[in-house]
Amino acid sequence: MEDVPPPGTALVEELDKLLMVQLRDGRKILGILRSFDQFANLVLEGAVERTIVGLLYSETPLGLYVVRGENVVLLGEIDESRDPPPALQRVPESEIRIAQRAEREQEKIKKTMKARMDFLDFID
Amino acid sequence: MLFYSYFKTLVGKEVTVELKNDLAITGTLHSVDQYLNVKLNNVKVVNEAKYPHMMSVRNCFIRGSVVRYVQLPPGSVDIEILHDATRREARG
Repeated sequence: MEDVPPPGTALVEELDKLLMVQLRDGRKILGILRSFDQFANLVLEGAVERTIVGLLYSETPLGLYVVRGENVVLLGEIDESRDPPPALQRVPESEIRIAQRAEREQEKIKKTMKARMDFLDFID
Repeated sequence: MLFYSYFKTLVGKEVTVELKNDLAITGTLHSVDQYLNVKLNNVKVVNEAKYPHMMSVRNCFIRGSVVRYVQLPPGSVDIEILHDATRREARG
């Protein structure tokens, strides 16, 4: 049959590059890929968490991170000429926490409103 | 390995991968492995305004376990061949 590459070689080309890792809980971590295996367990050097709310973002330094593969959704190669995205505005961490809380409140209100209106089936 | 073999024939084609978190990404299929992890080049997120973190990403690796659908280019699947291959694989 056809030759199958040995398991866990898919990320060789990404080694030593700055990557954006999206996790299953929605978090985004940026760091330099130093190691990986066939489960997409990752070692990221100089990791930072990028929190985005609307068009604001902030970065929290994390250090050296090992990510368990099952939590990985995708790895994006960062195009450094387009990073950070010009549409986004960097704010201090304290500010993003406030924005995050406000967004969560909004979501909660939306949810309760929707739940109350549920008997009207025309509402999406 | 049928689907792995099949996806290998799609390398270089434009596909849209929809993930279980509803993120949908269009790009050129660069490679696929036996877990159906896929690598896409020149990616474009379908609802870009909603996912601003993807704006600086050109190429990406998607873990096979988070994929819900792969939308294929029209005419990229020859049902006849796939059908035969399925029977052959089932017979072992």
